[in-house]
This record gives sequence, structure tokens and C-alpha cells, in this order.
Amino acid sequence: MTSITTAEPTDLVPGAATPTPGRRRAGGGLGRYLLVRFLLIFPTILILVTTVFVMMRATGDPITAAQGGRLTPEQLAERIHAAGYDRPILVQYLDYLGSILRGDFGTTISDNRPVTEVLTTYGAATLELACYALLVAFLVGIPLGRIAAARRDRGIDATFRVSAVLVYATPVFFAGMLLKLVFSVWLDWLPVAGRASTGTEIELQRNGAGTGIYLIDAISTGDPAAIQDVLEHAILPAIALGLLTAGVFLRLVRTNVIGTLATGYVEAARSRGVSERRLLRKHAWRPALVPIITVIGLQIALLLAGAVLTETTFEWKGLGFQLVQYLQARDYVAVQGMVALLAVIVALTNFVVDVIAALVDPRIRY
Amino acid sequence: MTTTIDKAPQRPSVLKRLPVVHQLRSSVGLQRGMLVTGLVLVAIFLLTAAFAPLLAPYGFGQLRADGELFGSQQRPSSDHLLGTTVGGFDVLSRVIWGSRTALTTIVLAVALSIVVGIVLGLLSGYFGGWLDRVLVVIADAIYAFPSLLLAILAAIVISNGQADKWGGIWATAISITVVFVPQYFRVIRAEAVRIKAEAFVESARVVGAGHVRIMTRHVLRNSTRTLPLIVTLNAGEAILTLAGLGFLGFGISPTQAGDWGYDLNKALGDVTSGIWWTSLPPGLAIVLTVLGVSLVGESLNDLADPRLRTRRRAAALAGAVGTTTAVPGGVLSAGPEGVDGVDLLEGPDATPTPEEGARSRGADGDDA
Repeated sequence: MTSITTAEPTDLVPGAATPTPGRRRAGGGLGRYLLVRFLLIFPTILILVTTVFVMMRATGDPITAAQGGRLTPEQLAERIHAAGYDRPILVQYLDYLGSILRGDFGTTISDNRPVTEVLTTYGAATLELACYALLVAFLVGIPLGRIAAARRDRGIDATFRVSAVLVYATPVFFAGMLLKLVFSVWLDWLPVAGRASTGTEIELQRNGAGTGIYLIDAISTGDPAAIQDVLEHAILPAIALGLLTAGVFLRLVRTNVIGTLATGYVEAARSRGVSERRLLRKHAWRPALVPIITVIGLQIALLLAGAVLTETTFEWKGLGFQLVQYLQARDYVAVQGMVALLAVIVALTNFVVDVIAALVDPRIRY
Repeated sequence: MTTTIDKAPQRPSVLKRLPVVHQLRSSVGLQRGMLVTGLVLVAIFLLTAAFAPLLAPYGFGQLRADGELFGSQQRPSSDHLLGTTVGGFDVLSRVIWGSRTALTTIVLAVALSIVVGIVLGLLSGYFGGWLDRVLVVIADAIYAFPSLLLAILAAIVISNGQADKWGGIWATAISITVVFVPQYFRVIRAEAVRIKAEAFVESARVVGAGHVRIMTRHVLRNSTRTLPLIVTLNAGEAILTLAGLGFLGFGISPTQAGDWGYDLNKALGDVTSGIWWTSLPPGLAIVLTVLGVSLVGESLNDLADPRLRTRRRAAALAGAVGTTTAVPGGVLSAGPEGVDGVDLLEGPDATPTPEEGARSRGADGDDA
């Protein structure tokens, strides 16, 4: 059991009951896997927040960066002293770790708000956008990937594959700008930017403290115009961000289905006279979906980075948009806090995804 | 006499064995089409970067010709084939000059990450021990981190957001390197772990070869198989990260170099007023360049993986070929094993044969 606390992967593998030599996969139970995976969160978070801390401190202190030109040297020194940035770096680091343990990610310099409050204020918007984008990715990527696998090496497969590469090659913000240009400016079908029109925002706000997820808030007002307005604003950002992930899903589903179609048990079913359609639908399809769960976890990180760009493109007032505002204000305390917080969120999401994957796939064990 | 006999059959194969030429010859149909398209796009990009001074009608930071200002947001005309930007620069010229910045950044970023990644991966995989454990955990943590956020932090550290030409390029290249090193590290480490157990390494050790010699001559030479693939994939990602940083305001100032991301950042407002010529050209330049690099990477990947190359009997043929895919979501089935995910880059093990799947499933059922 001591090996668990050292959180070292290779030591965790029980030597016994290994089916094939050289394989790490072994017969550890689900509970053991979950425990180990849970304990691994801590070194991961420690490394991430340390990386952020070291990188940010390498630039010097954040107060000089934010207010450098505007204050006299005496005032500057006083502010630095007040904030404790003149203490030894190790003391600052331990202090920083301590405050993170208490859930305190710092207070922004520019508008003097706790970073956690920034998260609760703007997090809902990012969450909403990410959900829409994931929805688009599922609806587009998975069915098309299946079609591409079924029609392998035919015209339609080629078209889908090249589109997937094309989607990958297009930066989200450029995709967003194109969509805006075509659908908002030239065709005038959809709004250019924002999460809702001013009228709707006021209506939602008057309705009292909502969830911050506009669609839910709009539904709770029961006003169809508000719901429509909120949805119209969401379409373009969701497509811009969702297509990127859709391309990843398409390729993944295609490769996996082709892989399972070539396996021995599918071949055996084929030799028994099972039709190709049924082979695809019943035999090859479901096993091919398991890896998608894992990839979703990694997509969360990609989605967050994509959200920063998409939110900036569409003035979608979420975490990413806010992060860029702080970057421009050179408020590095805010940037450091938000990035550290996002890192923690990513680490936690990855844990949840790994747990789900382990529940679904019994092969995943330490 | 003997030399001619030895050389004669080798002669033609030298050309054929060149990385891309070999793949081009063995490709057919769609795959060949994709590879050729990719190569053409990459060639155009390289030529544009090389001959930028000849191709561009104006300089990247030029605001006036013959003493007259270009003017802001001018429509495309015979003077300015793609119009001018909101800052009054010639769009076409900046797009052409931008290819140089992109190329320099890619080369620097990829070279840096390869060197650092290989050194760390070799040491980690070859020696193992606590160094290996620490490095793996760190690489895994950084790998899971949203790369753009990491690049933003690195850009703040290196250039504090405002940079001259080389400052900007270095800042971007190093930021991208930070993000890429874990990828090379994982691949090389996984290979090193595998290869150091091979008999030829053991024999080298018996003969008395030192660690450095074994690492460089025996392990390294045999572990670089998947590198060309990752390089092409990362080249595309490098351009996207450079563009993303530029778009978020970490671009290179227009008086210093052309920068597609910076231009797109400035063009964001133009889109709303229906001005298309400031955003489309730099955006398309990014798309086509990344597309070219990705198509090459994708085709090389498919050609290297028999499971994707042949229609049938594929799983049996998979042999020792690495599973690498073009999009950084593909390879990453690494997740389920957490820190241990490196294994999945090792190829056939990543996709268990159904027999194994069924067996472990059965075994687990018994446990439960």
C-alpha cells in the first residue's frame, strides 16, 4: 500500500496475475483503480499550479507589470511590500500553495475581485458555450464518422476526411469570423456577437438571480422571444467551436470502426452470413465508441483553449473573454489565478472522465 | 570491382528511400491525391517564404509609396490587389511576409522541442528510476493543460506581451516548445523503454559500450521512427498556436514582421462592417499552410499504419507500427491509463485484440 502514496504508476502495477509478460494491464480491482486515480490528482494539480507560479514569477512581480509606468518608484515599492512580493520566493510559493488549498486563487489587480468570484460570474457562460459546442461535435462528428467508415475509401469518405483535416486546419477564430461575415453581415440571418440582445439581457436580469446559463434562464421566463434570441446568439459560436471537435470525433469514430470491422469476431460473424449493415450496426459500432469517452476528456482542455478564442471572436462574455481582458490590462495576478483555476478544473474533469471510462471498459485498471 | 558490385544495386534506392519520396511511390488513389496536394501546398508555402522580398509588392511595415499614404481599409484595386488593412498596410504584402514569420517559428519550435524532448525522453526511458517517474508525471500534467493557455503564460514570461521581431518569434517558438516537449518526450521515452530491453542493447553492454554510446547509437537510432509524423503534425499546430497568440494580442508588431494572427486580430472589427479583404487573406494563408502540412502528415501516418492502408487482415498485420494520428485527439487514447498512458503510443498494444478484450472482460467479471 505504501506504493500508492508515492503515486508512482509503475510501482502500482501488481506483479501477480499479469496475463501476458510485459503487459502492464493486470487484474487490479475497480476500487483500487479509482483510489489510485484519485490520489494522482494531487501531484498533477501541484505540478500545474507550480508551473504557473514559476512562469509568472519569472517575469518579476505582477504589480510592476501592471502599474509600472504609472507610479513613482516609492509608491511602487510600497505596493509591492504591501502585497508581499518582496519576500523570499520560497515563502511566497508556500503562501501561494496554502491559499490555493483554501480555495483562494488571488485577487485581481485591475478590478479588485477574487478570482473565484470571476469564475462563478463568467463560468456559466463558458460552460454553456462548451455544452453547445460538444452537442454540435456529437451531432456532426459521430454520425459522419460512421458513414465514412461504412463507405470506406469511396467518394463520401474522402470528402469527409478532407473536410475533417480542413476543419482542423482552420483556427477557431477565423472560422468564427467567416461565419460572422457570411451569416451575420452578408445574409443578416443571425446576430453578430454577444450572448443575447440588450433587451433580453435586461429581461433576464430583471427576472432575478438566474443560473447564468442563458438558455435555462430564458426558458424559466417562459418568453419564447427571449428563448429564440438566446438560441440565435448561440448558433454561430457553437458551430465555430463545435466543428473543431467534430473533426476530431469524425476521424476517431472512423478509425475505430474500421479497426473493429477488421477484427476476428466481426470476421467470424461475417463468415456466418451476417449482413454488412448489421455487422456495422451491431458488432463493430459499440466497441468503437469507448475511446470517444476518453477523448472527450482531452477535448475539455482543447475546448477551454478554443473557448478563449471563440469568446473573444464573438464577445461571448465568459471566462476566456475575461481572461483576454485581464491580459490586455496586464493584470497578471488575475491571469495566474484564472489559469491555475482552469488547470485544476481540467485535472478534475480528466479524473471524472477516467472514472467513467473505467466503469465502461473493464480493461482499464492499474 | 567489389565496390561497383556493392554500389550498383544501391544506387537507385537512395532516392527511393528518401522519407517522402518512398511514401509517394507506395501511395495509391486518394492517399496519393492527399499527399500530393499536401506537398504542393507546403511547397508553395516554402517558396513564398523564401522569395517573399521578390513576391511582395510592398514591405510588411510600409505605409506609403511615392510619398503618399496607402489609406486605411481601401478596397482591392490595381495598386493593392487585396486592399489595405485598418492600419493602412497592404494586405497582400503582409500575407506574403507573414509566411516567413510562420516558417521561422515552426523551424525554431520544432527543432527546440525535438532536441529537448529527445534528450529528456532518452534519459528518462533509458535510466528509469526516480528521474523517469518525476519527468513522466510532469510531462503528463503539462500535456493535459490547455496548450494555448500555457503558450500565453510563456509569452508573458518571455516577451511581456510586447516584442520586436526576433523577440516575438522566439517568444512564440519557446511557448510552443513548452507545449510540444511532452509529446516528443512521451514517444521517445516509450521507445527507449521498449528498445533497452532488446537483445542488441544487451550485447552492446556486454561488449562494453558506455551509456552514452548505447543511448545514441542503439536506442536513439531505433526510436526515431515516428518522429517525422509528429513533426508534420506539430508544424501545423505551431502555426495555429502562433496565430492564436497573435489573435489574442501577443502578435509581432507590424513594423517588425508580417504576422497573420496579428492581422486577424486587427481585422476582427472590420468583419462587422462587411470588410472581407482584411480577414480572408491572412486567414486563408493559415488554413492552407496548416492544411498542407496536415495532409502530408495524415498521408504519411496512413501509409505507415497497415491497419489503415489495407482493407483486410489488418489487425494481424499491424505488427510493430506505431499508432499515431494526425489530429492530437487521435493518439490520445492515452487517457484511460492516466499517467501510464504512454503505453498507448507503442502501437499494437493500444488496441487490444478482441480475444484479449474478451479475456480481460471475462476475468474481470469473475473478480466482480
